[in-house]
Amino acid sequence: MDVLRAREVPLTSEYDIARARQMVRAWALEISLGLVDQTKIVTAASELARNTVVHGGGGAMFLELISSEQRKGLRLTFKDNGPGIPDIQVAMEDGYTTGGGLGLGLSGAKRLVNEFVIKSAEGEGTEVILIKWKLVTHD
Amino acid sequence: MKRQKNLVATMIIEHEGELLIDWLEERSRRNTNLMFNSGLFNKEEFERQASDLLKIFTKGLKEDTVLDIATDEWAEMRDYLSELSNDKAAKGYSATETAIFVFTLKKPLFKLLSREIQAHPEQLTNDVWEITALIDQLGLYITERFIKNREEIIARQQDEMLELSTPVVKLWEGILVLPLIGTLDSTRTQIVLESLLEKIAATGSNIAIIDITGVSVIDTLVAQYLLKAVTAARLMGAECIISGISPQIAQTMVQLGVRFTDVSTKANLSDAFAEALKRSGVVVTKRQESF
Repeated sequence: MDVLRAREVPLTSEYDIARARQMVRAWALEISLGLVDQTKIVTAASELARNTVVHGGGGAMFLELISSEQRKGLRLTFKDNGPGIPDIQVAMEDGYTTGGGLGLGLSGAKRLVNEFVIKSAEGEGTEVILIKWKLVTHD
Repeated sequence: MKRQKNLVATMIIEHEGELLIDWLEERSRRNTNLMFNSGLFNKEEFERQASDLLKIFTKGLKEDTVLDIATDEWAEMRDYLSELSNDKAAKGYSATETAIFVFTLKKPLFKLLSREIQAHPEQLTNDVWEITALIDQLGLYITERFIKNREEIIARQQDEMLELSTPVVKLWEGILVLPLIGTLDSTRTQIVLESLLEKIAATGSNIAIIDITGVSVIDTLVAQYLLKAVTAARLMGAECIISGISPQIAQTMVQLGVRFTDVSTKANLSDAFAEALKRSGVVVTKRQESF
C-alpha cells in the first residue's frame, strides 16, 4: 500500500471538526468518490473527530491518500491522548454512550467505511483508523 | 543620552522635507505593482500620513526616557498607529502593505543620520541601533492592530451569520418552516431551536417543517439535535415534519443507525408542505377554467 499524500489536521475545538470534515470532503472529491460514499466518509470523519475533541480531550486527524493495486482510497487516523476506552467491545455496541449522545458514533462510523481499526486502553489514549476505498473499474 | 536623542529629533524636524521625499521614493520602490495598478496608492494621502507620523515620532523622541512604545510617552503614537491601521484595513490594504509604510522610513532615516553624525561613528552606531529597534516596534504594533481589526470584523460577521441563518418562516396559518443551512454546531443549533420554539409560541402554529436540504452532513450529534427539537416542539403542541433528506444522506443515516422513527419525514419541502396542508384540512385544487 502506497501513501500518495498525507496531511495532519489538529483537532482541539468545534471549529476543527468542521475543518476536518471540509478537508475529508475535498480529498474525497479528488479521488472522485461517489456522492454517497463521499457523504459516508465525511459523516464517519465527523463522528470520530467529535469523539477526539469531546472524549479524547483533543488530538489530531491524519489524512492520507493511499493506493493499492487497482484502487485508491482515503485513510483517516484519529489519535488522542485522552482517558482511553476501558472496554472496546462494549463501546462498539449500538446505543452505548458515556456522554449522553445517541451511542451510535463508533458503531455507526464502522458501518460507513470499508476498514475500521480501533486501538485503545485505559489511560493510554485512543487511535481509530478508517479506510474508504474507491474501486477502479476497468472497461 | 537624552541630549543625543533630542539631536535626532531636531535633525528629523530640520530635514523633514528631504525625509518625506526619500520616504515616498522608498515606499514607491517597495510597492507591489498590483497596488499601483489598482489605484490604491495615493500620494497626497501618503504625504499627509508620513508627515503626521514624523511629528508624533519626534515628539516621542524628545520627551523620551525609554525607547519602548508600550510606555506612556508613546501613547499618542499608539493611538495614531491604531487609527492608521483601521484606515488601511478599511481601504483594503494587506497587512504587509500596512507594515511597509512604517518600515520604509528606516532607509531614509539612516541615510540622514549617517550623513549628519558622520563625525562620530560610535554615536552613529548607537543611534542607528536605537532607531531600528524603535521602528521595528512601530511596524509590529501596526501589524498587530491590523490583525486585531480583522479579527473583530470576523467575529462580527460570525454573529451576523448566526442571526441570518435561522429564519423561521410562516408558510400558512398554523404552518411554519425552518430551513437549515450549512454546519450545525452546538451554538447555532441552540439558536435555531430557540427561534423555532419562540415562533411556535408566537404564532400558535401546530405544524413545523424542518427543512435540511442545505445541511451537508447529518452525523449522530446533528440527528440528536433534530430529535430534541422535534420533542420540544411536540411538548408545545406542534408536530414536526423533517424534509429535504437527500438520497446520500438517507443511505448514510441508515448505516449510521440513526432512526427518526416517530417523526414524519419527506424527501422535499413541497411534499412536506402538501402533507402539512392535508393535516390542517386545507385542500388545494386547480381551478376549472370554463369557457
